[in-house]
Amino acid sequence: MITFAIVLSVILLLVILFLLFRIGTLASIFRGSTKRAIGTTKTSNRVNGTLLLLFLIGGGAAFFWSFADSWDTMNQPLASVHGEWTDSLFWTTMIIIGIVFVITQVLLFFYSYKYQHKDDKRAYYYPHNNKLEIVWTMIPAVVMALLVFAGWKTWTKITSEAPEDAVVVEVMGKQFNWMVRYPGPDGKLGTANYKLIDATNEFGVDFSDKNSMDDFMPREIHVPKGKPVLLKIRSRDVIHSVFLPHFRLKMDAVPGMPTKFWFVPTKTTAEMQNETGNPDFKYELACTEICGRGHFAMRFILVVDEPEDYEAWLATQKPFIQENPDLLAKFSTDSQKQLVVEKKEEKAEEVKTEL
Amino acid sequence: MSTTDISISKDVHHAHEEHDHHHDQNFFEKYIFSQDHKVIAKQFLFAGIFWGFVGGFLSILFRLQLGWPEATFTFLEPILGKWVENGKLDPEFYLALVTMHGTIMVFFVLTAGLSGTFSNFLIPLQIGARDMASGFMNMLSFWIFFLSSIVMFASLFIETGPAGGGWTVYPPLSALPQAISGSGTGMTMWLISMALFIVSQLLGGVNYITTVINLRTKGMSMTKLPLTIWAFFLTAILGLLSFPVLFSAALLLIFDRSFGTSFYLSDIFIAGEALSNTGGSPILFQHLFWFLGHPEVYIVILPTFGIVSEVITTNSRKPIFGYRAMIGSMLGISLLSFVVWAHHMFVTGMNPFLGSVFMFLTLIIAVPSAVKVFNWIATLWRGNIRFTTSMMFAIAFVSLFISGGLTGIILGNSALDIQLHDTYFVIAHFHLVMGAAAFFGMFTGIYHWFPKMFGRMMDEKMGYVHFWLTFLSAYLVFMPMHYIGIAGFPRRYYSWTGFEAFNTFTDMNTFISLAAIMGFTAQFVFLFNFIYSIFKGRRATANPWHSNTLEWTTPVNPGHGNWPGEIPAVYRWPYDYSKPGAAEDYIPQTVPYSQTQSSNLPYEKDLE
Repeated sequence: MITFAIVLSVILLLVILFLLFRIGTLASIFRGSTKRAIGTTKTSNRVNGTLLLLFLIGGGAAFFWSFADSWDTMNQPLASVHGEWTDSLFWTTMIIIGIVFVITQVLLFFYSYKYQHKDDKRAYYYPHNNKLEIVWTMIPAVVMALLVFAGWKTWTKITSEAPEDAVVVEVMGKQFNWMVRYPGPDGKLGTANYKLIDATNEFGVDFSDKNSMDDFMPREIHVPKGKPVLLKIRSRDVIHSVFLPHFRLKMDAVPGMPTKFWFVPTKTTAEMQNETGNPDFKYELACTEICGRGHFAMRFILVVDEPEDYEAWLATQKPFIQENPDLLAKFSTDSQKQLVVEKKEEKAEEVKTEL
Repeated sequence: MSTTDISISKDVHHAHEEHDHHHDQNFFEKYIFSQDHKVIAKQFLFAGIFWGFVGGFLSILFRLQLGWPEATFTFLEPILGKWVENGKLDPEFYLALVTMHGTIMVFFVLTAGLSGTFSNFLIPLQIGARDMASGFMNMLSFWIFFLSSIVMFASLFIETGPAGGGWTVYPPLSALPQAISGSGTGMTMWLISMALFIVSQLLGGVNYITTVINLRTKGMSMTKLPLTIWAFFLTAILGLLSFPVLFSAALLLIFDRSFGTSFYLSDIFIAGEALSNTGGSPILFQHLFWFLGHPEVYIVILPTFGIVSEVITTNSRKPIFGYRAMIGSMLGISLLSFVVWAHHMFVTGMNPFLGSVFMFLTLIIAVPSAVKVFNWIATLWRGNIRFTTSMMFAIAFVSLFISGGLTGIILGNSALDIQLHDTYFVIAHFHLVMGAAAFFGMFTGIYHWFPKMFGRMMDEKMGYVHFWLTFLSAYLVFMPMHYIGIAGFPRRYYSWTGFEAFNTFTDMNTFISLAAIMGFTAQFVFLFNFIYSIFKGRRATANPWHSNTLEWTTPVNPGHGNWPGEIPAVYRWPYDYSKPGAAEDYIPQTVPYSQTQSSNLPYEKDLE
């Protein structure tokens, strides 16, 4: 019944609008304004010109108000060294484009308003001015050159090789969660092969490699504050992307092509909880490359500790193979021959990883 | 040059005389399988409008989900059936919605609907030709596009859903039905449809290029061409060079999906089993895709550059400022558009050095784009502006293009792209600069050339209502998305509430959805105006906007062959508006200098 009433009122509204429109058309024919070229009638010109100016002023005011109002929400707390560089470059660029934005929009709408049609006026025949055109080609060119230079310097620093002493964490994306692996005390990740993956050994770690014996897979990422951290990123099914918004860090996880990103965290989780006044604050890892049904729910927690707390946490972690000793049986019962073949394959794997 | 032109126009005239002999075209020849470029243009226009509404409707569906993540949408069950369970949209269907919205809007509306309509309609009319170089190929182009449309539309209704891996269809997601149900039959149909679409684009493109090069009327040198034709010409070249690359990318994807090859697949363990594919690279697909994908955004926006230039100059009653700079900047943009594709891939693990190169090349594009904006503003300066609906859309186009274009300077910077890649900042950027702006350019064109297409005028009052509602909602939808993007909200998210970091801006998202619904509703004003005016609009005169270009020298309803008599010759550039000393404030291209002694500039005195 209600649906019927709604439909009926919508139809009535449409009929009324249509009648108004017909009346308007007939009235304009009666007034003779249809005889004039379109766009030269006084009222419609004045109305549209004024509306354009109003749009500039009202829209501009609304923009600045909403921008200021959203300022605190849009700025995610920052917790990495390179994040400071990119944030400052971002806002510098924003100021530059903000200036251009204001100037061009003001001129566009103001000229539209000011030079609206008048019967007794004629436009100014002004087909070109080479000097002016060279000037306004050169200015953006120079500004762009400066921005490219600044961006290139920052980008080169961010993507440079990770320091030797960086804490290594392997992050693997899968549908639909993240998994991490630490190399353990020997500092070396054991080799892995996707063909070895099963329900327990989700990384496909090859436990016949002695480097893998101390690898451990915690439920959260822990990293020490102030030390470089190298994320070795891979995926085992489709493309995912590691996104740590508070660290201004993003890198795709690609099946068959390991990627990496290193950063230096600057604030512990506890410090950030104090700073944001939110006792439940946690650093989060999200996926930013469409990967299927659960794309929006690939949440993982990263904890930044003081270095001594980090060491303490490391000490509590038990190697994966100790927790799952059954796995080892599978690797030792394999015939010697097969092991040799697999070893060869992994050699090839390793070379690829190095690249 | 002029001699070849003459002989060609004779040829065409001859062909036209042949046509005169059999006027008895039946309904099918005249309206369905027509070879007349004007009818084909209208067919593309109707198809484009249809697709525009479909694409818009899909966006409203996912905006409902994003605006009211907690709400239940039981009222959608009658339309969506199984995709809504207990009032909740299925997450995979959500992904299918965004995928199809992107595909439809980019390819079917803003490529086929835009270029298909205006290149077809305006190229012969503005260069002074009887028709396209090959009317038959032109007809094929539309009907292959139609076939491709049917396949794509049908894929919306199959049980496993349409393609759902994003409009960029990155493998392995798009290659493996185990990964997402949309990668089953839906993706197969997507690929078939796109393959047909590319064939249609190539047939059209070859035709546009040939026509512009060979069929210009006497006196119409390349530097007397309206900017619209330059824009369509360059667009066609871009399409011709880049679409085949997408075709090869799609072909390899088909091989990977159906014939067990490993072009894009390597080391994959999915759905409990390890696949045997090794050695492929998903990044290869991204390189191939964006080698088309980036020129594609210029294929979308270049025609509107031309349309907007034409409309702004006509309605400002002023010559376009810096005609040669406008052509130069379009040439520059076209050239650069081929060497910037990897700026979509800064964080894919590509070599960082390549990132630096592509950042440099990308930011260069800002220069010709800036020149265009300055020139448009300079054209308005000291004009005598007529606010036709078309002109309103053209002014708004420039505004949207500035707003969206400027943030490109941020995204093109690889260091800044790390944080912003695949967030709503990107969504805001490209929707303003190539989505909303291209739509505004399309509306500019429709309102401006409607009288020549249908012999009647569209209603201006309704046009203003349509314009203001659309303009407002374009900004209300996309401006706030920048804030959400700066906060890092990832795109293609069904819901953000699972993350503490993204558990803000809920009111803002509701607001954006409301604005989007307003914008979509406003399009029905346009639809009504469009259909009503075709049948009942005020009758148009031959040249209602007092414009200079050739199409306005044809009769109100130009027939097959466009000009009843001989094709007019061209003597001057198309932008002699408000020339000092001239009687009227416009001098059509067909008026020789000998007839306008009072307004001739010193160097024009001796010209014909």
